[in-house]
Amino acid sequence: MDWIGVLISAVKIVVVFSALMGAVSLMTWVERRLSGVIQFRWGPNRVGPWGLLQPIADGVKFIQKEDIIPTDAYVPLYLAAPMLAFVPAAFAFTVIPFGPDVVLFGRTVKLVILDMDGGVLWGFAATALGVYALVLAGWSSRSKFSLMGGLRSSAQMLSYELPLVLSIVAVVLVSGTLRPTEIVARQAGSIWNWNVFGGGAQLLGFILFTIAGYAETNRLPFDLPEAEGELVAGYHTEYSGMRFATFFMAEYINMMTSSALAITLFLGGWQLGFPVPWTGWPLWILQILAFVAKLAFFQFLYVWVRWTLPRFRYDQLMNLGWKGLLPLSLGNLAVTAVLVAYGVVGK
Amino acid sequence: MERVAFALIAALIVVSGIVVVRHRNPVVAAVALAFNLVGVAGVYMLLRAQFVGLLQVVVYAGAIMVLILFVIMLLNLIEEAEPHPAGTFQRWLAPLAAVAFAVTVGSGLWRSTPAAFGAAPEGFGTASSVGRELFTRFYYPFEAISLLLIVAMIGAVLLSKRRLP
Repeated sequence: MDWIGVLISAVKIVVVFSALMGAVSLMTWVERRLSGVIQFRWGPNRVGPWGLLQPIADGVKFIQKEDIIPTDAYVPLYLAAPMLAFVPAAFAFTVIPFGPDVVLFGRTVKLVILDMDGGVLWGFAATALGVYALVLAGWSSRSKFSLMGGLRSSAQMLSYELPLVLSIVAVVLVSGTLRPTEIVARQAGSIWNWNVFGGGAQLLGFILFTIAGYAETNRLPFDLPEAEGELVAGYHTEYSGMRFATFFMAEYINMMTSSALAITLFLGGWQLGFPVPWTGWPLWILQILAFVAKLAFFQFLYVWVRWTLPRFRYDQLMNLGWKGLLPLSLGNLAVTAVLVAYGVVGK
Repeated sequence: MERVAFALIAALIVVSGIVVVRHRNPVVAAVALAFNLVGVAGVYMLLRAQFVGLLQVVVYAGAIMVLILFVIMLLNLIEEAEPHPAGTFQRWLAPLAAVAFAVTVGSGLWRSTPAAFGAAPEGFGTASSVGRELFTRFYYPFEAISLLLIVAMIGAVLLSKRRLP
């Protein structure tokens, strides 16, 4: 057994997971501050410089809160639901390549935790399992609001999974592989080679993926599962303290994973998109930073969209999903297939 | 290493299978079935058939089981009111069938000599090799299944469009 390889994998897991959790806690602050900027108010600015220590204060508060379990709740599933939300969300991130192959002390290290042939499918399987958490949380709470939230979320996620997958399939057609690292490698060179532009002609696919991604992560304008005005807080109405915080963190990790998938599939992953005169470690540090910068832009977009678009009504949501996005993504797939067959795009 | 993984996965499959059959609460049974399906995906993975394993999770655990759970919740089935009465017919047939199955599998195991799998061919279990098999060797069965699916789909649409009296 290659012990050093195992050690490297362990280090990668710890580093990526810590970075992810750090990004999540930073994101809770960024979201509120940005919301403040957009709404012309301050946002949390008291704890530490610019309010940067607010996430730590929130964490301390969450730990101190009473852990409430409703009398009628179905306890085993009620306790399991937050974990079922968190684990698949973190799992999906393992196939995302966040940098090039790096040579460290004479060993080639791939900057991706799990470099597998069906990586895209793996990421998708993990996100598909995330639905259980919402459904089970809604059901096991034995509360009207939670149940409605759970039902809505399962209907919404099943409907929007279709355009999501179909737009991914178009990228897979263009790339000729399901391995994320190869999909990224195909988009090397100038910005034009990215799949969203000339590399795959997937501008429509990218837009569809992004919209469906917002629905999958239950973010505004698709946050019907937890629509405050109608459902109190949807599927996590009855949760308090750290259990609620776990749902919260899972939502943010899902946002990160969804944007990381969009970056990997459409926006060249860690590729810079323009030539730089350096090679070796300055180059790959720059490439990792490029990945982080793209991720940060997507997180900004989430908040921006949140305060720009109002929430859909439920029938509007279903109409958009089944009559708008689904035919469009099917058409996109058909056109892409023709383009690939005649060698216009793809290998 | 592989043996440990198999033992864990097998235990998961057997235990979740028993829960599916025995548990009184339909939601718990459905969740156990989801665990069972993920466990079977794990067995596929151990057999180096990673594409099939991933599809198993996406299609069965990710989509079909969620639909089943959705229906259970919509119908608001809380618990089976009473144990399902076993008819006299069932009472005799079930043990007989179980014993017959055990004897068949057991005798097969008894007679066979344990042997290792041959080395997997290059690219075994990847999406491209599965796709090539589907569109060459299994072309006609594959097309027949797609036809069957379309018929089922049209049937579902027709049934749901039928006007109720």
